[in-house]
Amino acid sequence: MAILSTHNMAVGYGQGNKRTVLLKNLNLELSQGTLVALLGKNGAGKSTMLRAITCDTQPIEGTVEIDGKASTVISKRDLSRLVALVATERIMGGAFTIRELVALGRQPHTGFLGRLSDHDREVVQRSLEAVGIDHKAEQHVAELSDGERQKAMIAKALAQETPIIVLDEPTAFLDVASRLETMKLLHSLAREQNKAVLLSSHDISQSLLLADELWVITSNREVITGTTEQVVMSGAMDRVFDNTSILFNNDLCDYETQLPSSLSVSLDCDDEALRHCVVNALLRNGVAVGEGGSTVIVKAVDNFELENGTGATSVKELVKLLRGAAIN
Amino acid sequence: MKSAGIHRMVIVTTTLVVLLLALVVGCLLLGSVNIDPGVVLGILLGNDSGNEAWNIIVLQSRLPMIVTAMLAGAALSVSGLLLQTTFNNPLAGPSILGVSTGAGLGVAIVMLAMGGTIGGVFGDSLGSYMATLVGALLGAGVVLVILITFASIVKSSTMLLIIGILISYLASSVISLLNSVATEQGLHSYVAWGFGNFSGVSLEQMPVFCSIILLSLAGALLMIKPLNALLLGTRYAQNLGVDTHRTRNLLLLITGVLTAVVTAFCGPIGFIGLVVPHIARLALNTSEHSRLLPVTMLAGAVVALMCSLLSVTSPHGIIPINAITPVIGVPIIIYIIINRRRINYFN
Repeated sequence: MAILSTHNMAVGYGQGNKRTVLLKNLNLELSQGTLVALLGKNGAGKSTMLRAITCDTQPIEGTVEIDGKASTVISKRDLSRLVALVATERIMGGAFTIRELVALGRQPHTGFLGRLSDHDREVVQRSLEAVGIDHKAEQHVAELSDGERQKAMIAKALAQETPIIVLDEPTAFLDVASRLETMKLLHSLAREQNKAVLLSSHDISQSLLLADELWVITSNREVITGTTEQVVMSGAMDRVFDNTSILFNNDLCDYETQLPSSLSVSLDCDDEALRHCVVNALLRNGVAVGEGGSTVIVKAVDNFELENGTGATSVKELVKLLRGAAIN
Repeated sequence: MKSAGIHRMVIVTTTLVVLLLALVVGCLLLGSVNIDPGVVLGILLGNDSGNEAWNIIVLQSRLPMIVTAMLAGAALSVSGLLLQTTFNNPLAGPSILGVSTGAGLGVAIVMLAMGGTIGGVFGDSLGSYMATLVGALLGAGVVLVILITFASIVKSSTMLLIIGILISYLASSVISLLNSVATEQGLHSYVAWGFGNFSGVSLEQMPVFCSIILLSLAGALLMIKPLNALLLGTRYAQNLGVDTHRTRNLLLLITGVLTAVVTAFCGPIGFIGLVVPHIARLALNTSEHSRLLPVTMLAGAVVALMCSLLSVTSPHGIIPINAITPVIGVPIIIYIIINRRRINYFN
């Protein structure tokens, strides 16, 4: 049973005659215990869609249903106990301690004056521990790295104790290590705390690795949904960008650009990583790797052998040899 | 540790309270007329000093001035803090957003409508000071309505700040136009009011002044929870269940009343509203309003009393408050701007 669903939802911006519909006929379902990645190019409508789902804005058409109720009849306070948000906006509270920041996540549960009960403090502590930032709890937000800030905001979302967490590009400004860590954290939150986690991302390979489901916005404004395997195998990933020279490589779990090549060879290599590197190096030099053409035996990064017995000690040299052979 | 923030709060509060008490004593004892401390104490305890002038100086001049300065300082500082948080802009303040100038325009219109027949700043009649108060409230109110209207059109806080500055210019130019047709008497009382002073509230006016300001300050204390949420930006605040529209309007209402009342009684006093919240933040090193707001009030009272004491103890007669506040305020603002990358609450 989905905790959040949309019914014939259309999202966009503007009003009346000037309104622009970005995406329509959206019938999406978000379930607890699931990590969903929303993918699409810039301007595809990811953030607009998330705003409608978090009820920041009303959808142009259709409805959002959360926990069995139409979003329009849910009070602001109830809503703040159902959906927690981690946005991209930088916050102003640099002189909050991390603990104080995370404690703001308790606001939907505290009284008029915002006084924290023992239970509230416990939830805050648990949230800090869950994201692994409890050792910095008394430091100020301004003293944190971007990755730690993001963790603190996720802890704030956890402290809200909502079944749904929505994150708008949570890994956008992070370095690779923090990205991996953040995605792993979100994945484990979905698993261990039974949260419905919805995030938008440009980080395709991480999303494909850790997301249970994908919502992919294609370049012709369709939204393809399904389990990650289903969506990848349906070929939807190829339709995210208009550009036909950018294609999705199912093996690599990422996009690659098609470089022009005038030659084709087949590689014989036992080491997968080495093979991968050499394929890239050859592509850069205008040599496509596939079936047919002459066969190159790759033994190491500086040891290549061709069928005819000649050898090369670098890819550049190898390409020269191949071109010479092709002319003959 | 958790206690670090509380520890700091205790130190800051204690320091401010000691300073406040010292300044109160200073303001009671020092002034253009020398009165023996023992006599001052006697007068305060209800004894007749036998010198009618001394009785009047202590009870009807120095004491009201102390209360006025403390409340006005707290009021302006809280206005500044609320505006800075509401507009997510550390350089916001009641004067920069045009609220003070709006109130000033209201006062100018009332003063000129009375043809400058009133003596001194307010005159003695209940009617004239009530009229001035209403003028200031209306002036500040109009500016706030304009700000609220624009707030729903322009979403950016910075743009709203610029609109406030523009409104301020416009109101100033109307005030100048009015002054050019004013009688000499009217112009004189307006100019005197414009210098800013804390001696303008008489004993009869005191209950009105005190109750409006204390009620508004209490109102501000009730807004601590949404104020903290607003520091995360409107999107996060909404997600935490805050009705951001209503909260913003309420905060602006409190700010408007506080600024208008102080402006009507004490003149358009600059810098206190802008600077004191920064003093509180720097001293506490926190963004948490449950500590920031009370300390801002206390620090505002201290700073205003300090200005007040400086203004009356000069050997060359009374110095206008507005000649003192920039001397204290400008260096602090420049310090903050230069060091903003190292100051936590900016980052």
